[in-house]
Amino acid sequence: MDLTYTPEEDEFRARLREWLGKVLPTLPPKPSPDDWPARRAYDLGWQRMLYDAGYAHVHWDASPTVRLIFLEETEKAGAPYVGAGFVGLLHAGPTIAAEGSEEQRARWLPPILRGEEVWCQGFSEPDAGSDLAALRTRARRDGDDYVVSGSKIWTSHAEVADWCELLVRTNPAAPKHRGITWLAMPMDAPGITVRPLRTLAGSAEFAEVFLDEVRIPVANRVGDEDDGWRVTMVTLSFERGTAFVGEVVACRRVLRELAGEARKNGRWDDPVLRRRLGRLNAQFRALWRLTQWNVSEAESGVPGVGSSVFKLRYSQARQELYDTAADVLGADCLDLDRPWMLDRLSSLSYTIAAGTSQIQQNIVAERILGLPKGR
Amino acid sequence: MKFQLTEDQRALRDGVRQLLTRRFDAEALRAAVDAPGLDRGLWRALGEAGFFALRLPEADGGVGLGLPEAVLAFEEAGRALLPGPLIATHLAAGEVAGAAEGETVVAAVDGSGLVEWLAEADVVRGDAAGAVPLRSVDPLTPLHRVGGGAAVEPVAVLLTAAEQLGTAGRVCELAVQHARTREQFGQPIGAFQAVKHLCAGMLVRTEVARAAVYAAAVTADRTDIAAARLLADEAAVLGARDCLQVHGGMGFTWESEVHLHLKRAWVRARRGGASTESEELLAADLVA
Repeated sequence: MDLTYTPEEDEFRARLREWLGKVLPTLPPKPSPDDWPARRAYDLGWQRMLYDAGYAHVHWDASPTVRLIFLEETEKAGAPYVGAGFVGLLHAGPTIAAEGSEEQRARWLPPILRGEEVWCQGFSEPDAGSDLAALRTRARRDGDDYVVSGSKIWTSHAEVADWCELLVRTNPAAPKHRGITWLAMPMDAPGITVRPLRTLAGSAEFAEVFLDEVRIPVANRVGDEDDGWRVTMVTLSFERGTAFVGEVVACRRVLRELAGEARKNGRWDDPVLRRRLGRLNAQFRALWRLTQWNVSEAESGVPGVGSSVFKLRYSQARQELYDTAADVLGADCLDLDRPWMLDRLSSLSYTIAAGTSQIQQNIVAERILGLPKGR
Repeated sequence: MKFQLTEDQRALRDGVRQLLTRRFDAEALRAAVDAPGLDRGLWRALGEAGFFALRLPEADGGVGLGLPEAVLAFEEAGRALLPGPLIATHLAAGEVAGAAEGETVVAAVDGSGLVEWLAEADVVRGDAAGAVPLRSVDPLTPLHRVGGGAAVEPVAVLLTAAEQLGTAGRVCELAVQHARTREQFGQPIGAFQAVKHLCAGMLVRTEVARAAVYAAAVTADRTDIAAARLLADEAAVLGARDCLQVHGGMGFTWESEVHLHLKRAWVRARRGGASTESEELLAADLVA
């Protein structure tokens, strides 16, 4: 068991830190979360800076440890996260890289890396959330096109996306995991309607996407027809234990800020609250160690089963963190202009998004512990 | 960074597990419950295997290994519910004659003012004058109460966390075994989500605790040890309770192994001044 980094990794960290110190002060201020075009421009601008400095590829071909260092350092420095580049960099891009043709890779990958095109994810549907394979958006073949009708929901960045990685049902007769196809849909195609979806946090972070006889060239299909489930699953585990690195680092920072606030407002003298903060410190330290464990495991080539374990605990700890923040603030926690209180609302999605905690518990019980399938 | 067990560490863990399976299996555990008392033969066997001298330098007749290896050995001891003042004797190796070899049984006064295995000990570290026996909740851990407590070494806290981790892993296995085989309403109870989710929760707590305990063994940092302790206590105590719940009525019987794990987890969770000290240490770290 070794927690030290190689000289090359230390050097990467030092170089990155130096670069961040130089470029971050030149970044324009973060745009308002409601201004989607401005957010798109800001996030793509950041990706372009990473590209020019040689860091654009880090999510794709760096080792898991180097990714861990990259995410840790960028979060610590307060750099922007991938933002609007999320789906392209962390999902659609890797999928195309792994399963696309030479031509498809040449068309779609460079603009993602250079921060020129935004992708969104057309997976979830109103009747297919955690049970993703129950999706019903259908596509029929018509000459060189697929003609697609249906609707998608919880689509982040749909309003400003250029492309959508779309899962469609091409064979309704096949078993539900088999009749699905992966398509790259241009978001300016006729028949697409995007409707912003206001969340309980008050902002429109997501959208519903309605598809009415949208024509998508067959050439935009990645992988074989009806093989989209496999194509998708190949890359769902892409992040290899590093999916939450930046967020754990951020939570540890918030925890220190909370302790500082409690010292200022006198609540630090309450031993119950103080010990709760201590216990949260233990949780986030442990989650950081589990991240290092999972990254090391990924590096030894073992496929990680750890992501469900991690996500279950992390999503719960994050909600506890912001509930504790509310107690640090006292009655001020009802004021949405106070720090952390919008994050408290956002954290409610963590036990729902990307497979609810209940589904994750089933995955842990069945795939890791080997308990029988059932209802 | 290669935060995974090395080949040697795996071999050590497997070796300790084999030794304990041979010398202290489920039958021996039951026998120990029926006839409490320290098995001196087993104690010497542990000494011969290097359990107590694990961290003693080779020049002093020890095995010359480090904290990570000790943590793996104590995790196995926790899994097996191995009784006796294991940590006190381990910490006395090289300081108290015969401790390293398993010839001398060493007990110690704890931070909470308790002494485990006082009557069986050859040597007691700390002031145990006026010790009064309690009716211990754990049939395999005789306890005495003394007037004052003693400062607890961070290593002792870490090794306790390792034992708790062993219990957490073991009770998860026991629960899963039972859930796979016990049938109700025409199917294994493990097919019910309510049971599945209990088992999944046990694994999640265990794996989070494992990362914390192993990392603390590598860094030997006091704050890391405090975090490891809190998560390992949680994984062991809640895990044993959930395991009992999964076992249903059977879990409530004396014959079941589950209550022994829960009771030992309770005893360990009180060592070294209980969790509040660790929580305070971790809180102080936030404003350091």
